[in-house]
Amino acid sequence: MSGVRVLVGTRKGAFILSSDGKREKWDVSGPHFAGWEIYHMKGSPKNPNRIYASQTSGWFGQIIQRSDDSGKTWTQPGTPPGEPTTGPGGMPKGESNKFVYDTSAETGAPLTTHQFYDGTQHPWEFKRVWHLEPSLTEADTVYAGVEDAAIFRSKDGGKSWQELSGLRGHGTGPKWQPGAGGMCLHTLILDPTNPQRIYIAISAAGAFRTDDGGKTWKPINKGLYSQYIPNPTAEVGHCVHHVAMNTKRPNVLFMQKHWDVLRSDDAGDNWKEISGNLPTDFGFVIDVHAHEPETIYVVPIKSDGEHYVHEGKLRVYRSKTGGNEWEALTKGLPQSHCYVNVLRDAMAVDSLDKCGIYFGTSGGQVYCSPDAGDNWAPIVRDLPAVLSVEVQTLS
Amino acid sequence: MTVGPTAKIRVILPPHLRTLAHAGREVTIEIAGQVTVRSVLDALETTFPMLTGTIRDHVTQQRRPFLRFFACEEDLSHESPDTPLPEAVVSGKEPLLILGAIAGG
Repeated sequence: MSGVRVLVGTRKGAFILSSDGKREKWDVSGPHFAGWEIYHMKGSPKNPNRIYASQTSGWFGQIIQRSDDSGKTWTQPGTPPGEPTTGPGGMPKGESNKFVYDTSAETGAPLTTHQFYDGTQHPWEFKRVWHLEPSLTEADTVYAGVEDAAIFRSKDGGKSWQELSGLRGHGTGPKWQPGAGGMCLHTLILDPTNPQRIYIAISAAGAFRTDDGGKTWKPINKGLYSQYIPNPTAEVGHCVHHVAMNTKRPNVLFMQKHWDVLRSDDAGDNWKEISGNLPTDFGFVIDVHAHEPETIYVVPIKSDGEHYVHEGKLRVYRSKTGGNEWEALTKGLPQSHCYVNVLRDAMAVDSLDKCGIYFGTSGGQVYCSPDAGDNWAPIVRDLPAVLSVEVQTLS
Repeated sequence: MTVGPTAKIRVILPPHLRTLAHAGREVTIEIAGQVTVRSVLDALETTFPMLTGTIRDHVTQQRRPFLRFFACEEDLSHESPDTPLPEAVVSGKEPLLILGAIAGG
């Protein structure tokens, strides 16, 4: 029987929400990793029972967790309970939490500096994993987007991580700078038709693409206009908030920038604005209908100074025309005195026949629309602030 | 090679690290040789490898900024990690406390 599993990362733990294909009644499990920030969880498309989680803390640093039984039990890869705690040489394991920028002569790039908030140059310092993207074809391969911005890959189920340093080593690094949330690599998209092609996005550097499996990267920000940076059309420096793709049409990308919603029809080489009649085009999330590649969703946020929805109304905006013409979706969503935010990784779509849309808020609500946005209902209302939402469609 | 008598050192972990280590409030670790913050953390990470990187940085070995080390009512956080710990810790009379800074949120 078909069903869905919604993976919710919050400021104080992880929650897993499960339902059958009707998406009316829900089982809620959690909090997992209670008290910890869970920036992101995502299941492996190859093995849906495998879920990777980024558990992080300002006190204790980065922890990678993995479940191989659909989220019932979790281990830190490499140190499962009951196994020897040290490796062959007596050396401790615990490599799964180790993210070290690669500066080796063979494969690495020099540890340069990036621009800091005050305009001075600042060394790269690892802080946390923002996004985990499991491989589409290998259950043991998973990518991590991290702060300070870089991309790592594990080929052993998360036990150890190696940086794809060509990105951080891109010559524009000294022009990258942190957004309000830090200098994070938050978006990571694998092209299902071309295993050598990966898209990433960084706040605030912009979007990049590799066509050689991560060795070299090119900025793909042509057409972006950011009036808050010295050169509004610069090659890098744009605060891209999120990028989304419909896997059936991987050359078409949709972007929510700090301000502006944009699309590209040529794999990011050129972008054009599609904000159209949105009440405000500031926002964080953007996603694409699973079956209709011209149907896209955003949640407009009032402004960069007021991170809550416009006019106190929680409205998802849908365009069925690939942008420019937007309609407000409000049925089941609060339409007065609502001042929540929806963060960049906190929207997801399932791939059931009738596409389900999900998003989580800073107020701890996770909403589901089982009919592509026409009607909404909260799955849960009172979780800690939601950082991320992913959904697995189960057959 | 025998380095010397083995000391049983009591270490009190902050709550989140107890969960990670599948351990209680206090753990006991054995150390052969000089008892210092460094040797205690080395042994702690060997016994509980999932704690590697959570108390000090994986690479620089610097104490994480929101963590402090106390023993015998003294703040040892800013001592050299190679400074011998007080005799009361070596003898097991007093524990080494690893504390997380109190902060809101």
